[in-house]
Amino acid sequence: MSLPPKLMGWFTRQGWQPHPHQLALLEAEGDSLLVAPTGGGKTLAGFLPSLVELSALQDGYLDNGESRARGVHTLYVSPLKALTADIGRNLARPVAELGLGIRVEDRTGDTNQARRRRQRVDPPEILLTTPESLALMLSYPEAPAIFGGLRRVVLDELHALAESKRGDQLMLGLARLRQMAPELRVTGLSATVEDPVALANFMAGAAPVRIVEADPGPEPDIAMLATARPPPWSGGGGHYAVPEVLEAIRGANTTIVFINTRAQAELFFQALWAANDDNLPIGLHHGSLAHEQRVKVEAAMAAGELRAVVATGSLDLGIDWGAVDLVIQVGAPKNVKRLVQRIGRANHRYNAPSKARIVAANRFEQIECVAALEAVAARDLDGDPRGAGPLDVLCQHILLIACAGPFDADRLYAEVVTAGPYRALSRADFDACLDFAATGGYALRAYDRWQRLMQRDGFWRLRDPRASQLLRMNVGTIVEAEMMKVRLRGRGGAPLGEVEESFAASLEPGDSFLIGGRTVRMDALREMVVEVTPQPTANPKIAVFSGVKLATSTQLSHRVLALVGHPERHDLLPAQTRDWLALQAEVSLLPQPDLLLSETFPHGGLSHFALYGFAGRNALQTLGLLLTRAMEEQGLGPLGFLSTDYALLVWSIDPVLDPDPLLDIERLRAGLGDWLASNAVMKRTFRNVATVAGLIQRNMPGLRKSGRQATFSSDILYDTLRKYDPEHLMLRITAEEAGRGLVDFGRIEEMLARSPHRAHQVLDRVSPLAAPLLLEVGRVPIRGEGRERLARIEAEELMREAGLEALL
Amino acid sequence: MTGYLFDFYGLSLEARPSGALWLAAARCLVVADLHLGKSERLARRGGPLLPPYEGLATLSRLEAEVQALSPEMVVSLGDGFDDMAASEALDPQVLAKLGKLGHGRDWIWIGGNHDPQAPQGLGGRSLEELHFGPVTLRHELGQGPDISGHFHPVVRLAGERRRAFILGRDHLLLPAFGAYTGGLLHDDPALHRLVPQGLAIACGTRAIVLPLGVAGAGRRRR
Repeated sequence: MSLPPKLMGWFTRQGWQPHPHQLALLEAEGDSLLVAPTGGGKTLAGFLPSLVELSALQDGYLDNGESRARGVHTLYVSPLKALTADIGRNLARPVAELGLGIRVEDRTGDTNQARRRRQRVDPPEILLTTPESLALMLSYPEAPAIFGGLRRVVLDELHALAESKRGDQLMLGLARLRQMAPELRVTGLSATVEDPVALANFMAGAAPVRIVEADPGPEPDIAMLATARPPPWSGGGGHYAVPEVLEAIRGANTTIVFINTRAQAELFFQALWAANDDNLPIGLHHGSLAHEQRVKVEAAMAAGELRAVVATGSLDLGIDWGAVDLVIQVGAPKNVKRLVQRIGRANHRYNAPSKARIVAANRFEQIECVAALEAVAARDLDGDPRGAGPLDVLCQHILLIACAGPFDADRLYAEVVTAGPYRALSRADFDACLDFAATGGYALRAYDRWQRLMQRDGFWRLRDPRASQLLRMNVGTIVEAEMMKVRLRGRGGAPLGEVEESFAASLEPGDSFLIGGRTVRMDALREMVVEVTPQPTANPKIAVFSGVKLATSTQLSHRVLALVGHPERHDLLPAQTRDWLALQAEVSLLPQPDLLLSETFPHGGLSHFALYGFAGRNALQTLGLLLTRAMEEQGLGPLGFLSTDYALLVWSIDPVLDPDPLLDIERLRAGLGDWLASNAVMKRTFRNVATVAGLIQRNMPGLRKSGRQATFSSDILYDTLRKYDPEHLMLRITAEEAGRGLVDFGRIEEMLARSPHRAHQVLDRVSPLAAPLLLEVGRVPIRGEGRERLARIEAEELMREAGLEALL
Repeated sequence: MTGYLFDFYGLSLEARPSGALWLAAARCLVVADLHLGKSERLARRGGPLLPPYEGLATLSRLEAEVQALSPEMVVSLGDGFDDMAASEALDPQVLAKLGKLGHGRDWIWIGGNHDPQAPQGLGGRSLEELHFGPVTLRHELGQGPDISGHFHPVVRLAGERRRAFILGRDHLLLPAFGAYTGGLLHDDPALHRLVPQGLAIACGTRAIVLPLGVAGAGRRRR
């Protein structure tokens, strides 16, 4: 296929030249993966073949002789709802100017019911959607009619989708689409990644995928943002840099200020406005804002009405705002690849250097930022190989397929193993998932009468067709904390966004908190909605969103440790950070690449043990669980711990004086079994797995209002399964998933192996390096004898305060 | 296991760390909200297929209490079953265990909102209410003094939720004894309104008593 004169003319009228990689995609016979930096015209490249085909259709024919599209011609899948809306706007112009006479529509969680219903009977030629909405559409009996004539699939931001279970779900959906429409050609679009071949294998069906790599473009202009005040010791706010950030915004056309978490974004936005004497138009964008609010900000941004937007990962991906000429990253980027991708958001023009400035949120992050800048300059991207497709996603897929109609197990298995992540899936594992979906898969007792799926005439089908409603309500592989909506008080009060349920539960009427950049007062909690009134106040509580916490990559951690451990390289660091490390060297020691440093010191009446492992927060969390187990055995009374990317902090009733026996690798490995199985991390993982697999349902019609005693904690299910059915599929998946991500035992082994020397410092007070740890959040409590002692002490204090000693 | 001993309108009571209530003088063991058959009911309605072991888990805990105390009377304080159909579809193992537990003692099913009628073929007596002196035992709190269940109360203590007895002037509320039961925090208006002040007795490895309705109580975190 080449660019027909009509399209060539359109390009010329725009004053554009097609990029070589755009033409390369056009010529591709089969599936392709385009790897290009942001701003490389990726999305247009992805749609070009569709526009050519649809324009040929306009002229009366398709290359297969058909004269009109049957159902959807091109399906576009992106990780973000905002992206589908943006693409819709961008496509509208060429479609209109080329006179294609086709419909381009999006279908996401935000699409209204009437439109969804119409799309099922009368689908548009180009449909823009998300992995979840695709899974939902594939669960309808009409799916073959909607997608039977599909010719093109464009997978945008594939690198981002491949990072989570959403990618696995999408690949299962794609396998189904390839079955329904064998002529289908798939184009994956990805930002710069460290291993394009792995990504190509991920998206491949039966045939190999051709990789098209675009010219990476010029070196970015990237540096730390110079600030008058030094960063604080801990926290992720970055507020000290507000004057300089405002100055940078003033000097640029349009700026995106990236911040790692939603709560921090709220606060930073507030701080910017407090100092915004020129009233520069600055907006806020994050995933917990109400849909209406996000749309408003996106529209203002697209119209060039904003000078800056403060955003989280919700704007990580390619919404095309050509005018953005500066990116400011507040907080350490955690991995180099993500930093490079974010930098690429500035100067969304091919072959123009991107300009980016980094603000370290605290002293430690300064080191990480300097290390990250070195890695960017060296084009040293990081990343870990992807594991095989998880089985909980497959369980959900099987249930949703059953919603579409009866299926044959052999054929479904044959289809599933054509999906990249499931290529190595054994029949036994598939059958275990099918059994789980059908009967619950319990060893001791079967639901013979109430199976979810029944086999009749060789086909599996839903026993109760009404169950499909419930299953469809629970589509998706991202399990978030329970959220509650926040609305302005009064009839039809405007929605402001969402907060975590645990945060809402901690509010008393009259408390104020920040949401959507405004301070509001909590009035009442009604039927799972927090009702509020606007109230400017000086000290609001902060909404806490427990977004996914990324661990600093192994590669970046090594760079950080190498920088910390070599005083001769400290010249690279800002003066205050240099002084801080010098003080640490004086009071205690500096951690080194081959020296594992730990410290014991008293604080707040408890003993604290700090270990500077530089192994990422997941591995250090696991180490925390295993260490506290050993401490419990030694009778030290551990009460809790917290892990950051560089250190582990454990507090206990008695001090750790000799860490060597605690850090014995064999002892740690022995602890992986039973102790790990009963801890909070595993329970959290189980909740995630059980929700994705359909054992726990997030959404139940009508049930949310009936009060909290109706629902019970997933921990109870976990404990029950461990006791009565320890071989159950859900426990197996939980163990696999934890081992892969949250447990990360491999990095503990690596940490101990790379540190032949150990040093333990017993100090009489907090060391400079440990001080920021005490201010960190994210503490994991330990349920041991120490906790029981503490609960009794606390209850007794309360009784005494209330004058009720006599009742004790 | 160490319980919490207290008096309530002339009755000497022990709040057991398991969530059961022991009336020593009458040798009577009271448990609320067993919700037997919950997993079966959810499955029947096309919902998720939960691990069908909650009956065994619940009755194993009850068995431990019966063995420890040898009660002459056992009272299920309503919502013993998740619904009436569930009471008829109990797993044979659960039925056997229930039969063994009830053998040789007076077993009373008090009706609840989930199980308003008498369960069929399970033995024991079915009652609306039961009286000990001035105190009424019923499923849902009414005219005090009474002992009731229904709300599945929990409190926050040392940073976590624990099932708890709620003791007000005229009302004693029992925590849910069933394995698959959620909890309602005492701060929830539905519960706080009924018993604004008093004591909570939290369950766990031992019963822990703490005050309710005192500013700051139950809201501290560590």
